[in-house]
Amino acid sequence: MAISITETAARHVAEQLANRGHGLGIRVGVKTTGCSGMAYVLEFVDKLDIGDKVFEEQGVKIIVDPKSLVYIDGTQMDFVKQGVNEGFEFTNPNAKGECGCGESFSV
Amino acid sequence: MALLQISEPGGKPAKPAHRLAVGIDLGTTNSLVSASCGGKIEILPDDDGSYLLPSVVRYRADGEIIVGNEAKQSAAKDPGNTIASVKRWLGKSQTEIAASDHAARYQFDPDREQQAPALVTAAGSKDPVQVSADILRSLVERAEACLKGKLEGAVITVPAYFNDAQRQQTKDAAQLAGVKVLRLLNEPTAAAVAYGLDSKEQGTVVVFDLGGGTFDVSLLSLRQGVFEVLATGGDTALGGDDFDQALADYLRARIDKQASEEASELVVLHQYANQLKHDLGENDSVDIDFNGYRGSLSRAEFADICEPLVKRTINTCRRVLRDAGKTTEDIDNIVLVGGATRMPVIREAVADYFGKAPLTDIDPDKAVAVGAGIQADVLIGNKSSDDFLLLDVNPLSLGIETMGELVEKIIPRNTTIPVAKAQEFTTFKDGQTAMSLHVVQGERELVSDCRSLARFELRGIPPMVAGAAKIRVTFQVDADGLLSVIAEELSTGSKSEIQIKPSYGLDADTIEQMLQASHEHASEDRDIRALREAQIEAQQIIDAIYAAIDADGELLEESEKASIEAAIAELRGAMQESKPIRIQELSEELNRLSGDFAARRMDLHIRSLQGESIDSVEPIGK
Repeated sequence: MAISITETAARHVAEQLANRGHGLGIRVGVKTTGCSGMAYVLEFVDKLDIGDKVFEEQGVKIIVDPKSLVYIDGTQMDFVKQGVNEGFEFTNPNAKGECGCGESFSV
Repeated sequence: MALLQISEPGGKPAKPAHRLAVGIDLGTTNSLVSASCGGKIEILPDDDGSYLLPSVVRYRADGEIIVGNEAKQSAAKDPGNTIASVKRWLGKSQTEIAASDHAARYQFDPDREQQAPALVTAAGSKDPVQVSADILRSLVERAEACLKGKLEGAVITVPAYFNDAQRQQTKDAAQLAGVKVLRLLNEPTAAAVAYGLDSKEQGTVVVFDLGGGTFDVSLLSLRQGVFEVLATGGDTALGGDDFDQALADYLRARIDKQASEEASELVVLHQYANQLKHDLGENDSVDIDFNGYRGSLSRAEFADICEPLVKRTINTCRRVLRDAGKTTEDIDNIVLVGGATRMPVIREAVADYFGKAPLTDIDPDKAVAVGAGIQADVLIGNKSSDDFLLLDVNPLSLGIETMGELVEKIIPRNTTIPVAKAQEFTTFKDGQTAMSLHVVQGERELVSDCRSLARFELRGIPPMVAGAAKIRVTFQVDADGLLSVIAEELSTGSKSEIQIKPSYGLDADTIEQMLQASHEHASEDRDIRALREAQIEAQQIIDAIYAAIDADGELLEESEKASIEAAIAELRGAMQESKPIRIQELSEELNRLSGDFAARRMDLHIRSLQGESIDSVEPIGK
């Protein structure tokens, strides 16, 4: 089981962590949302929780709780620019459908 | 897909732009300035890397104002224009200032009133407020150079015993220096904040502050994150210098008398004593080699030499406790502040008297400034005060039961409380007028694997087609961990609510076990959720088709009806066999088969609407 990250995304994560000044890495997870299933959670991590899996990729630590991992195993995290927006994007092999805005997905 | 940004832990959005605010420890002898750098409070150094700014100001005839080390070093050659320890004079009258021991070398401005005295310097009259302002200005310049930006405010510390006049003059000095005062903070409170003691519910704290020349003891009581000063005591003529002096006297008695009578020699001896004192902080014993005298000094011997001084500090502690009506057993924490508390002899005496080890992790010279910096960071809005007062999280997710006995989590675990979150739900059946809400706690996907907290009902939902009603469910956890669940139907405002204490009957072991189980059953839970969701979706499709057949069955040809019914039967079979993927496939198949029928119904309804005014059209399902 693993999560991967592109070089660009890793660079942005490292920068944001450095700006923030502290933190072990970032947490990638899922939460269940109202109608369309799952939404991704992306957070800084200050401390590990019991059972957390830590993946070190491109020099950054990606932390996933075991409950989320079953939904996002194999996911690749990228950093992209779309027009004036920029941010992180996930390519999740488990996702069977995404809602219109792309904020949630189902497995 | 939508692009994501990284949030702070607990789902809080990332911090907005950082605003610059500093904490200032405006001391009698030395001053410090601190600020939050990347979430941590740092003491800001000057260009030479030194943290302490001697609180000394020299006014030169050319109008130049020199603050800090350079002013301190010129004190001997220009005593009349160099002002030190001005803090002692804040809020004092001319008579009071004239009576203090180092006032003799200054001249008072005869034009000033008794109550607002000023000293004559080469650069004109300067009152204590102006001198303090010059020190503050120097600290602000240092901070702005360090932080590369304009300061928006400062928290300035004052002794707990400062009266209103002294506090007002401190504020006046800040205003004169162009600094916005966010708050004046008592020095002992700042030290306690530096150690994070304010994050506790309650407690009693002694702050033991032994500086270079002054000694203060404060007894603080903490309730709900707010400190109250219960008693203070101290000695304005007791400090680390007295320990140097005691050691110097001891050495003088042992070395050549003749050589040590000269004033310059005394200064050197004093400095040597100071060095020995520092070395004894790291070593059990030090060698003495001064002016031909050789010997050694152990910590125990040093303790004997300073015993009278140490005794004075402990007596002051005893008095403060007595004033507040407390005993040493009431004291939860002892905080050490001031450079002189680095001496092991002091630490041991304090630990011995209070019967517990004092807190010493933070550099005692910096503790007050660190606390002021933390408070400044909160007050300027870089941290929410919720974080500051109460750092509590809910240990397990809170949610409600939805169709298929699944749990919908409303407040995820580890969310900082107090918190309120709302989510909208809808009805499952046509014409449903009530909804049963089951509040559960836990990390698992099925209600049966979570803790059931409460059940209540929302009535008065107007009859509508399934999925049309909007019911907002709000979960609110207050600072005491009490959960309120409110369900409200949005069109009519019908409301129902309940209050629960989710932590009731919950201990650390149970939480641990519940988390463990959710990890162990992660894939199993995912599968069951997938199955239940597929089953519910399939059931909804089947219900919708039957409702449509009931309403417009004549639009359906016999063969069509037969194939739809066959598909429904097959789907029902798959639902029983618990195969989510098969259920999904068959649901899609059923959707496709009934697609034509749905299109015909749509055409019929649109045709029947043609020519009617929009106002006369009843929404479908009403």
